Amino acid sequence: MNKISRWTLALTIGVMSVALYNCKPKGPAEISMGDAASKVYVAPGKYDEFYNIVSGGFNGQIGVYGIPSGRLFRIVPVFSLSPENGYGFSEETKPMLNTSNGFVPWDDLHHIALSTTKGEHDGRWMFANGNNTPRVARVSFKSFRTEEILEIPNSGGNHSSPFITENTEYLVAGTRFSVPMGNKDVPISSYKENFKGSISFIKVDPQTGRMNIAFQLRTPGFNYDLSRAGKGPSHGWFFFSCYNTEQAYTLLEVNASQKDKDFIMAVNWKKAEEYLAQGKAKVEKVKYAHNVYDEKTHTATSTLEDQVLVLDVQELKDLVYFIPCPKSPHGCDVDPSGEYIVGSGKLAAMMPVFSFSKIQTAIANKDYEGDFNGIPVIKYEAALHGEVKKPGLGPLHTEFDANGNAYTSFFVSSEIVKWNVKTLQVLDRVPTYYSIGHLSVPGGPTAKPHGKYVIAYNKITKDRYLPTGPELTQSAQLYDISGDKMQLLLDFPTTGEPHYAEAIPASLITPTSTKIYKIEENENPYVAKGEAQARVERKGNEVHVYMTAIRSHLTPDNIEGVNVGDEVYFHVTNLEQDWDVPHGFAIKGALNAEILIMPGETQTLKWKPIAAGVVPFYCTDFCSALHQEMSGYVRVSPAGSKTPLKFSTGATEEPAPGAGQ
Amino acid sequence: MSTKYVNAMNKLTFTITLVVLGLLMSCAPDKPKVESEDYEANQAAPATNAVAENADPGKGLGQVTTVELKTPLEQERIGRGKSIYDMKCAACHKLTDQRIVGPGWKDVTKRRKPEWIMNMITNVDVMLDQDPEAQKLLELCLTRMPNQNVSIGDARDVLEYMRQNDGEK
Repeated sequence: MNKISRWTLALTIGVMSVALYNCKPKGPAEISMGDAASKVYVAPGKYDEFYNIVSGGFNGQIGVYGIPSGRLFRIVPVFSLSPENGYGFSEETKPMLNTSNGFVPWDDLHHIALSTTKGEHDGRWMFANGNNTPRVARVSFKSFRTEEILEIPNSGGNHSSPFITENTEYLVAGTRFSVPMGNKDVPISSYKENFKGSISFIKVDPQTGRMNIAFQLRTPGFNYDLSRAGKGPSHGWFFFSCYNTEQAYTLLEVNASQKDKDFIMAVNWKKAEEYLAQGKAKVEKVKYAHNVYDEKTHTATSTLEDQVLVLDVQELKDLVYFIPCPKSPHGCDVDPSGEYIVGSGKLAAMMPVFSFSKIQTAIANKDYEGDFNGIPVIKYEAALHGEVKKPGLGPLHTEFDANGNAYTSFFVSSEIVKWNVKTLQVLDRVPTYYSIGHLSVPGGPTAKPHGKYVIAYNKITKDRYLPTGPELTQSAQLYDISGDKMQLLLDFPTTGEPHYAEAIPASLITPTSTKIYKIEENENPYVAKGEAQARVERKGNEVHVYMTAIRSHLTPDNIEGVNVGDEVYFHVTNLEQDWDVPHGFAIKGALNAEILIMPGETQTLKWKPIAAGVVPFYCTDFCSALHQEMSGYVRVSPAGSKTPLKFSTGATEEPAPGAGQ
Repeated sequence: MSTKYVNAMNKLTFTITLVVLGLLMSCAPDKPKVESEDYEANQAAPATNAVAENADPGKGLGQVTTVELKTPLEQERIGRGKSIYDMKCAACHKLTDQRIVGPGWKDVTKRRKPEWIMNMITNVDVMLDQDPEAQKLLELCLTRMPNQNVSIGDARDVLEYMRQNDGEK
């Protein structure tokens, strides 16, 4: 290249840079400033201070990010198939996505609840809701794997879920849409008569984390949106936001926005436990799936359960109270002290903060304005601590720091507003980009917030990143809240469409993180603990291949005697015992995709050969310098052939006479 | 052979070396140096002692500084050693002198000191990074021997099984 053309090139690049710079969207880019970069910089090889456990929304997964860097570490499949590790594809994990409707490959995951002890994060489990086909999942903080999924019967969409009590006694699962109980065939217009709400209380075993539906509350037919458990003085109570108390069943946009006030529902769950102990619950026949993943066998089982215990809140007194709350409340958040409950009316111009002690006094004095279907409605003023005046437009959710401050997201005015819970004074506001939904302060929903940051999970991305066609990544923002003023530090992209998220100190998680599965403890019925156990067995038209994988070969890697029409199960055991040495397995033409096997684990891929020939298989995870060599062949003979069953690795033989014909 | 040809050969060798080194390095990422220490300290995993305690050449690097061998062989250890071999070692090491992924085990107890063998099993990452003999094997086999999470006690049992394989009674 001569000098002139070099200059031309340099000039062209220069001009292009200026041109590109001029194309950048105006406005938000200049907001971040000062020492923001150093506050989010995590040097190579260093760790983030917090894990951010972020719901994936319509992707049905959980995203795990580092804070303050915003780096994505892992996507944990929960209610959706995973084209990364074979969750939902392998024979062992298929039962996890079973429901009373059959196999549901994809759901909508909205809210995260991290396990707590005495109101503080304990780093044991993350829980999440399946919003569409109602379910609650438990994910292990040791393995970051989904260990249990419980379907929720009598629910029309599991939105107010899985909020958690201070010692993880219960998770709740409240129906967003009321429906006729027991799948009744009734006219939709009979809503008021036939439609009911249903709130499930899920008991969590303190040792194993195993979930069971302890009881359901049968409640009036409207929409149960969000929830929080009481804590400290209000431990024993649960609070739910309710909208559509108009009981509309069409064009809810208009018809469910008629009244000035809907309700916060206060539930005395200790009272519910008493009624349960007194045998006041009715048994209802239902059908729901309960799926459990066993870490020792690396295998999930799905059991269909057939009954729930139901407490009717209209028959049983002192169980449930309504508190009027202006216009279609969404968030219903309890502050760290447990005394204050923040109601966020989506359409209201102010935010009410209710006082738990005043609610108790009002109940004691029967300070009611009336009843709804026999359930007492407490006088608004009697329950009210005070109102936050003109906070912003479209309040949705509130998180808290340890200094008595609240942080509320405003969807319509696209901002986070900081205010003082006791004085109700607005202290600061920052814009978000754009139209914030949920927000998260590390430890924000607990009795002891860790503070430091607030993270905005926005609904609209628009011009925040390089465009990628009509479909965009989602936009999150990290703000420093350690000073009086909130400071924007970082934009980071998120996957799916995050709803709620929690952040937890890494120090609670890393010491117990699983690195490998011990091969000695592998109880999968199809394990091969060493190559000596690798083999192929035929049972009728089922062929079971007990295969081992270690750098850099599969055993057996030559298999003959498989016929068209057989069902071949590759049970692959990864013999490695070192951290981060997974092996993959794929066979050409498999309709069931691939699998990924962690060290010491056994996973099974089912394959049905459809034509005679020789079919290659290989390891899909680059594992070593000789990864490309980690492969093998299956010979497939026509249906009914008598090709002898044969398998080997490393054995060679002279071509048989007549071979190749 | 012309000089030109030699140069070309050297370049080729150099390139191959680089590629191989690259592969090796890609197989063994360094852990984050500073914070990982606290992290590791909390693990229940078998100790992988990074400190070079053995000044004695030929004993390798790791926690094993002396091994007491008994004659006759300890039969209990042999049984346990074999089952660990079958589960964690046999995929790469034959009992003959045939090398597949790793070297065959025939006469390994005659080639190596018992301490070296046990350190290689229990402290393999440090051995491959620092022990000259281990590094020679890596150059030969081109696959890093994996850490199979074998405890020191289990490695001692494997050693007894190796002695039996080498014909000791």
